Amino acid sequence: MVTLIRPDPAQIKAWLQDVPDPEIPVISVMDLGIVRDVSWRGDVLEIAVTPTYSGCPATSVIAMDIETALKQRGIDAVNIRTQLSPAWTTDWLTDGAKAKLEAYGIAPPRPAGGPAHCPHCKSKDVEKVSQFGSTPCKAQWRCQACLEPFDYFKCI
Amino acid sequence: MDPLFEFLLRQGDNTLVLGHRISEWCGKAPVLEEDIALANTALDLIGQTQMWLGYAAEVEGAGRTADDLAFLRDAWDFRNLLLLERPNGDFGHTMMRQFLFDAYQIQNLKALEASSDPRIAEIAVKSGKEATYHLDRSRDTVIALGDGTSESNARMQSALDALWPYAGEMFLADEIDQAMAADHIAPLPLEYRAPWEAAVLPALAAAALKVPQDDFAHQGGKTGRRHSEHLGHMLATMQVLQRSYPGATW
Repeated sequence: MVTLIRPDPAQIKAWLQDVPDPEIPVISVMDLGIVRDVSWRGDVLEIAVTPTYSGCPATSVIAMDIETALKQRGIDAVNIRTQLSPAWTTDWLTDGAKAKLEAYGIAPPRPAGGPAHCPHCKSKDVEKVSQFGSTPCKAQWRCQACLEPFDYFKCI
Repeated sequence: MDPLFEFLLRQGDNTLVLGHRISEWCGKAPVLEEDIALANTALDLIGQTQMWLGYAAEVEGAGRTADDLAFLRDAWDFRNLLLLERPNGDFGHTMMRQFLFDAYQIQNLKALEASSDPRIAEIAVKSGKEATYHLDRSRDTVIALGDGTSESNARMQSALDALWPYAGEMFLADEIDQAMAADHIAPLPLEYRAPWEAAVLPALAAAALKVPQDDFAHQGGKTGRRHSEHLGHMLATMQVLQRSYPGATW
């Protein structure tokens, strides 16, 4: 008789800490706050994922990466469910994730609506170039002190 | 004809047709930042389309998917506003069309957040966050170009004059809208008119543009009764792959 081992959801969440965001690989899908629920439905592991932006092409890659990571841990029956509500907000980024973004050169989101300072030289003399950037979640800013352009993770 | 299915097609076809239209700018907008902004806005709109048409397909229950609805329907089955199928024209023209729609869409999505249909409410909340950014940008751009040089002002005025007769369709109601209002799924679109004007008129004044006085409104897009020839040309490009290689996937 085969006994199926069903790892604890807390253990699975710990494993998902190692699954990076495909666009911003310094943060994980857990850091991003998009994994909303992990639970067993019988012998199937159900994971609820919420999209950051509705058209973000990373969403389907993230689902694939989660499945692959769990297969490597021996879990084959995974059902990834898209959960729209409550809608994702940058408030769900962990503090650790914000520090990692900054170290990577992306200014983390702030409720004030703009970066605190340049992620490179830390100058507060920064200006917005465009509300839209290299991915749906980012805006383009520029530092007036070191003259470097940088990404700002915008609030939603 | 299920009124809910029709209503969802209208929502999804609006975002699909506008999303495709502005994606036509990809790689050839006037400056890099605007190119990126247009492509990102298109991406948001196509993402929202997946939610609206995905739900429409479920409601229909005929085994179709969002992709089937997007790629395998012909012009007469589309339910988008005529405004959104208008060709892009110049950059100013594109941004004027975007602004007139964004200012309407934000009212539409805000109202749908309170829909009696929970799925519609959650799509509206999700889309509304993105639409807020779209409106900020299209409003700022319309003001900057209108209140710019005499050349940019003249182009924005001609865009407004050309597009204004297509704005009225956004506020027209038919038996589908009546059915949605009766079920508290969505209010009658006429309710959006006052807040739309409260957002649009001051921005056009700040852009030094004269609002056309004629209230004539072209109609026939959201009902599907009479689309313009432009939609067929647009679909010919958008659907060519699925039409040439039915069922192709990657």
